[in-house]
Amino acid sequence: MQLLLNVENLMKRYVTGKSFGSREFLAALDGVSLSIQTATTLALVGESGSGKSTLALCVACLERPTSGSMWFDGRDVAALGEKQQRAVRPQIQLVFQDPANSLNSRLTALEIVAEPLIIQRRFDKQTRSKRACALLERVGISAKKAGSRPDEFSGGQRQRLAIARALALEPKLLILDEALSALDCSVQAQIANLLLELQASLRLTYLFITHDFAMAAHLADEIAVMDHGRIVELGAAEKLLRSPEHEATRCLLAATPRFHGAANLPEGL
Amino acid sequence: MRPLLQVQDLHVAYRSRTGEVCHALAGLSFDLGPGEILGVLGESGSGKSTLAASLLRLLPPNGIITGGRILFEGQDVLHARPREMEKLRGRRISLIFQEPSVALHPAMRVRDQVEEVLRAHEPLDFAARRNRTRQVLATLFSAEADRIANSYPHQLSGGQRQRVLVAQAIACGPSVVLADEPTASLDPTTQQEILTLFRTLRQALGLSMVLITHNPGLLAGLADRVLVLYAGRAVEVGPAESVLASPQHPYTRALLRCVPPLDQKSQASRKAMLPVISGESPNLSVLVRGCPFEPRCPEKMEVCKSCDPAAVPLSEAHTVSCFKFPG
Repeated sequence: MQLLLNVENLMKRYVTGKSFGSREFLAALDGVSLSIQTATTLALVGESGSGKSTLALCVACLERPTSGSMWFDGRDVAALGEKQQRAVRPQIQLVFQDPANSLNSRLTALEIVAEPLIIQRRFDKQTRSKRACALLERVGISAKKAGSRPDEFSGGQRQRLAIARALALEPKLLILDEALSALDCSVQAQIANLLLELQASLRLTYLFITHDFAMAAHLADEIAVMDHGRIVELGAAEKLLRSPEHEATRCLLAATPRFHGAANLPEGL
Repeated sequence: MRPLLQVQDLHVAYRSRTGEVCHALAGLSFDLGPGEILGVLGESGSGKSTLAASLLRLLPPNGIITGGRILFEGQDVLHARPREMEKLRGRRISLIFQEPSVALHPAMRVRDQVEEVLRAHEPLDFAARRNRTRQVLATLFSAEADRIANSYPHQLSGGQRQRVLVAQAIACGPSVVLADEPTASLDPTTQQEILTLFRTLRQALGLSMVLITHNPGLLAGLADRVLVLYAGRAVEVGPAESVLASPQHPYTRALLRCVPPLDQKSQASRKAMLPVISGESPNLSVLVRGCPFEPRCPEKMEVCKSCDPAAVPLSEAHTVSCFKFPG
């Protein structure tokens, strides 16, 4: 097994107030260490404000950590300069919670998916369109709808579009920041299946950020629980569910709504 | 016991600028008893929010109630004059909105926002209003009430903001509270807090509630009855435990199977493909004959294509609209 991402003792502090020379800090990340192996999924679970999204931004090289190291694919990314980081960023892509806000409503589906290729100056125009079309088909949007704009798609299809865009640069790591939370449950299942299928065929690695423990347990190999900028518990998904050790994990588990029976129903009657 | 709120064969349609007509609700009927919590479960496009809006007659101008009756405490809501509506809305029936950060005024203190509701509906003088506001906030925030009352929305957390919306909704002592996805933007711990709050309020004030959501997990342990909405129709209605634990309608069964269980028993079921509902969500702008779920139904029969299924009682309180069950 190969380590794709290894984060060690990552700190991120934000200045919250300054008065007469004394500064106040908020430690959004307070010494976070974790690692993800290639082609596996790590789920990051925690309450709002626990630092999940800050960690995502640091991993995506969109925020610079205050201190700590972050090895991605054999290189310490946190120590790289801006120019070198720019070469790393295409390999780490993000999918956000609300596809309605994260897609440009003035572009067509094809343009949205081709845009990352234009920015990175890859291929000529024809090849780009061809690739974008292939990607749309790959995520389950028919090429006939390539000329439609985001508002003509349903919520689930928009999220498919966002995934296609994230895949355009053939990334190694996909950060899914609450990517299923805004969807209906039948659509959640469809997108979850798509993610599993893509992971199996493209050997993708996922950092899956969520507060839905059930979905985390379904999709992830390992689950990390965050609380106040720290990872308080990290382990294999089954073990964490069976014997949660930290108070924060137990709280989150207790708050997860559950109902029995329905999921065990056989197909049909 | 006479129901507090009765909805009978309600039809609501939206007319788009191109003249297309979208049938958001197509013959919905249900009752709500005093002190009862009814969970309405539906996916986007099933008519959930249309239902909340039509109960208060707050539909947008292009939304038309084309048929049916809504009776509240015996009064016909659909034929009430605007003056009478104002007495109902926010006072006897109130609505908790989905997004607390949007529903609250950003530049008004919490106290003033709750008082505003009282000013609109109750003939109280300044001191009495203040007093009532303090009481309402105290029931929701206990020790922190004074600090919260003086705060602006941006100084509060998501859960606190949601509580302020609840305070506005119960300020006039309504008998029915409608909540449209009240916890959608909250994390699970805060979600549970709000659900517990609903439970307490129901007991303390004897409130009836209509809780509209797309998340079946929220209804377990809170709702007394569950109504499953599909394409503007009630496909299944029954006691919460039986609908959620042993659903009968093919749509309810398919929907509940999509949710991964938390107590995953084995390694094998993890990362397995989840069952999905095949096909596309219904297009409401074409009026179809037959059962709206027929194109996606795994158990469809010949009759489903041509006839509308009527509600079939399975037990005293549990009804299903499906031809699978002989009437």
